[in-house]
Amino acid sequence: MGFIKYINLKTVFILALSISMGLSGRAFSQEADTAARVTDTTAAVSSAGDAAPADTAASADTAAVAPAVSKAAAAPAAAVEPESKLNIDPQVYTNFFYYTLLFFLICVVVAVIGRILKVYELTRKMNGLDAEYYMYSFHAYFFLVSLIAGLYGVYWSYAHHGTQAWRAAATEHGAQIDIMFLVTTVIITIVLVLTHIALFGFAFKYRATPTRKAYFYPHNNTIEKIWTIVPAVVLTILVLFGFFTWRSITNVSEEDQQNALLIEVTGEQFAWTVRYPGRDGKIGERNYKLTSPLNGLGIDFNDKNSWDDQLGSEIVLPVNKPVRVQITSKDILHSFFIPDFRVQMNAVPGMKTYFQFTPTITTEEMRDKLGDYNYDFVMLCAKICGGGHYNMQKRVRVVTEEEYQAWLNEQPYFFTEELRKEFQVSQQAESENEQDAKLLATAN
Amino acid sequence: MSNITSAGAHSVDHHGDHGHHHESFWTKYVFSQDHKMIAKQFLITGIIMAVFAMILSILFRLQLAWPDKEFPILEVFLGKWAEGGRINPEFFLALVTIHGTIMVFFVLTAGLSGTFANLLIPYQLGARDMASPFMNMLSYWFFFTACVVMISSFFVESGPASAGWTVYPPLSAIPKAISGSGLGMSLWLTSMVLFIISQILGGTNYISTILNMRTKGMSFWKMPLTIWALFLTAIVGLFSFPVLVAAVVLLIFDRSVGTSFYLSDLVVQGQILPYEGGSPVLFQHLFWFLGHPEVYIVLMPALGLTSEVISTNSRKPIFGYHAMVYSLIGISTLSFIVWGHHMFVTGMNPFLGGVFMITTLIIAVPSAVKVFNYLATLWRGNIRFTPAMLFAIGMVSFFISGGLTGLYVGNSALDINLHDTYFIVAHFHLVMGSASIFGMLCGVYHWYPKLFGRMMDEKLGYLHFWLTFIGAYMVFFPMHFMGIDGVPRRYYAFTEFPFMEKWISVNVFITWSAIIAGLGQVAFLWNFFGSIRFGKRATQNPWGANTLEWTTPVEHIHGNWPGEIPTVHRWPYDYSKPGHHEDFIPQTVPFSETMSSNLPHDFEGDQEAERIQREWELANKPQTEKETE
Repeated sequence: MGFIKYINLKTVFILALSISMGLSGRAFSQEADTAARVTDTTAAVSSAGDAAPADTAASADTAAVAPAVSKAAAAPAAAVEPESKLNIDPQVYTNFFYYTLLFFLICVVVAVIGRILKVYELTRKMNGLDAEYYMYSFHAYFFLVSLIAGLYGVYWSYAHHGTQAWRAAATEHGAQIDIMFLVTTVIITIVLVLTHIALFGFAFKYRATPTRKAYFYPHNNTIEKIWTIVPAVVLTILVLFGFFTWRSITNVSEEDQQNALLIEVTGEQFAWTVRYPGRDGKIGERNYKLTSPLNGLGIDFNDKNSWDDQLGSEIVLPVNKPVRVQITSKDILHSFFIPDFRVQMNAVPGMKTYFQFTPTITTEEMRDKLGDYNYDFVMLCAKICGGGHYNMQKRVRVVTEEEYQAWLNEQPYFFTEELRKEFQVSQQAESENEQDAKLLATAN
Repeated sequence: MSNITSAGAHSVDHHGDHGHHHESFWTKYVFSQDHKMIAKQFLITGIIMAVFAMILSILFRLQLAWPDKEFPILEVFLGKWAEGGRINPEFFLALVTIHGTIMVFFVLTAGLSGTFANLLIPYQLGARDMASPFMNMLSYWFFFTACVVMISSFFVESGPASAGWTVYPPLSAIPKAISGSGLGMSLWLTSMVLFIISQILGGTNYISTILNMRTKGMSFWKMPLTIWALFLTAIVGLFSFPVLVAAVVLLIFDRSVGTSFYLSDLVVQGQILPYEGGSPVLFQHLFWFLGHPEVYIVLMPALGLTSEVISTNSRKPIFGYHAMVYSLIGISTLSFIVWGHHMFVTGMNPFLGGVFMITTLIIAVPSAVKVFNYLATLWRGNIRFTPAMLFAIGMVSFFISGGLTGLYVGNSALDINLHDTYFIVAHFHLVMGSASIFGMLCGVYHWYPKLFGRMMDEKLGYLHFWLTFIGAYMVFFPMHFMGIDGVPRRYYAFTEFPFMEKWISVNVFITWSAIIAGLGQVAFLWNFFGSIRFGKRATQNPWGANTLEWTTPVEHIHGNWPGEIPTVHRWPYDYSKPGHHEDFIPQTVPFSETMSSNLPHDFEGDQEAERIQREWELANKPQTEKETE
């Protein structure tokens, strides 16, 4: 019962604190105002326009900070204000305090409701009614309501967010993944719904009453065996399904690897470089020690495979042709991720990784399908890589074979004029044989 | 020394009758070796860290919801990191990183197991204190130092660590790549080493206490599930944390001595670095060898606490006690061979990916058993909705909904396009974040009377639960769909990709939910700290529970029990036993006092006891019942 006494104190305390905060806030905003006027009047005026509408949400958030903090933080901020060149509109502080006040108001309301509940319980007690079990019923019903609302919410989310999120895969293996995804979704949705009906349903149905006695039921080995074996069987099916799909995606035969179009994608902070193999279908070796402003990838031009390598302005792929992407990184970890293709592989410095896939839908077809004529497949970085992580992308276009060839012909070579000269000089210095020099002259 | 003695003069010894007359302020409240005080220290430090990490999360949620807006007030608090009222992209990553680190390690590992292992192991086993109180104290102070070091990284010019809580090198090793990998990262690593020392000290202590200091009659199969969970957690921690030390030490070498354990072939911003021959994937193996068991280190204590609370408040024995223990053992064992599922697409050999997928999905079986057993415990119970019980039910709900999505991400083929997306964020925040924090809050509400001798206010607890429960679902459920769409995690803004723009409105919804749920925590903080002074005084056994801690006096005394340590006669879950006049029988009550309710199973084959029981039944039971036998 001590609490009843203290809730009064609490309310009084909250009110006093909020009033004092309000006062100090107003006083402070005045002070900051003058300070700002002295240091830089024009800036304060100009920033007033854009800062005022923006700060509403900010203040709402900072109200979450423990109330005491706001008071403590205000004081040093006031001291710092004149010398540092923060041109913060005083309105910001005022709004901040208004939101703090609003929060206190909510607290007061909560305290008042708590007090009313106490009184209600006391009257129930005085009238000889129970003051404990009615609360249990309240929660039981609340669980029932949240069960229904929750199930509807799940349905709504599936229908609304689900359609928003779901696009069928645009690759061969992606179609397999999609089937597995849907099967898994069906299974887990059934389990989710049933277990939650049981959980909240039992909570509702078996809420405590003064007369109920729980059923002493410590174990039942048969039931326990059943619900160990059933999930185990379901999981075995999913595991086998998943394992074979995974192997079919990652374990590509030597022959299929040879038949695929090989391209190389190199990540660096915060851009991707795409290298096409050129006519020979082979990508030249690289050595990171050769990296220079001209030769950004550090391509080793002693490897003649590299001479006709082309720099792709974007990733363009012929439809229905297997592509093998060799993924590398210059600096730190990145991740080569094309959501529509169900393709992801990390780019690891010092190690080549691969992903082989076959796009089945051209960009045009995808646009028609979605009815969005600006839609593009996009490759993005999915591994945290620094400040520009959120914008490290490359457009991916899937086109017909002819369009692909036409595009490819326009792409520049890595082995540029300057690099060729540089390379010739080094070759001569090493007095290499003439044949190479000739080849070099006729290259490209 | 002079100030210590003068402080001692001021302190009032409330229980001087127990031979500890010389407790000063310092030895009682600060460098305490008493397990109850250490538990409180862990808890309060954990709560402070949780609030801190929660504020960080609100900050980055603001950025995600309103990427184009300015919040000048942020500049007041954050200075150059929020210039013009907008959070800087690198600072955003720092926020994400430190939020994750604090929540996983400082709140859900130390705050959760630290608090409840310290509080409950001696209490529920019937021990006077931990096996080594001094080590216990060291464990807290190492943890505290780790917290201070971690927070201090916010006061470093180059900013706190910002390579994600997993600190994958090379990003975490090369300060050139991100400014947070400068001094901030060094502090992170230092803090982590201190933290691991704390865990090892604590874990050794928990294990030795459980193995050696159980009271008379407390066999392993009479231990409450909380103790089983904490025991297995400590074992898992002891095996896995040292591996993280190895990972961290090698990373420190790479950063400051010039070795190349994790680094090779780097050209950072045009500069060729001399590292050669290392592999970033090695770090991931070492990290996740801890990292995955860590998930269960976080979760298992929550499972233990909720088992106890659900059983107590359903007034029913926990269903399938043995199955619960075996599934905990199964989870602990399997947790060591599933780490590779974090690395399906990181360049690990794909065949290994297949193997890890199989082990990962096996671990779902014991988890499923636990869920079904929880449900069976609720079935036909007499459920009292104390705040602790509400949180326990919430925990089960999160454990189900978060666990189920594990079937997607544990499946290597499906993981290809879910890896490092918001789907993962949703998955682990539900199953590990929300479930564990609900387990912790459930424990706080339930054992508060034991911690502080007072009750928390129930109404505020109810408000806290419903705000947090609904809020957590509203925050994390929509994130699944963002992940399915392919939105990667740790993105500073969704503005650069046309396909992400549709999620900005969802982000606004999530942020408001997070703010409201965050404000809901004020109800808890007020309740928690207010009730220490002003709460209603607790009775000795307010919940009608069976375990030993409720036989200790409300006032804390050194050594826990004033007289002899009680002897244990039965398992801890004799709730609503038919034939008994009350709906609970504490573990200390011998079978000889409960003749009317004893079952043949209780005697574990003790023929003499069975004979006595039969004789008593013949003598006392009405004729009709005898015939049915």
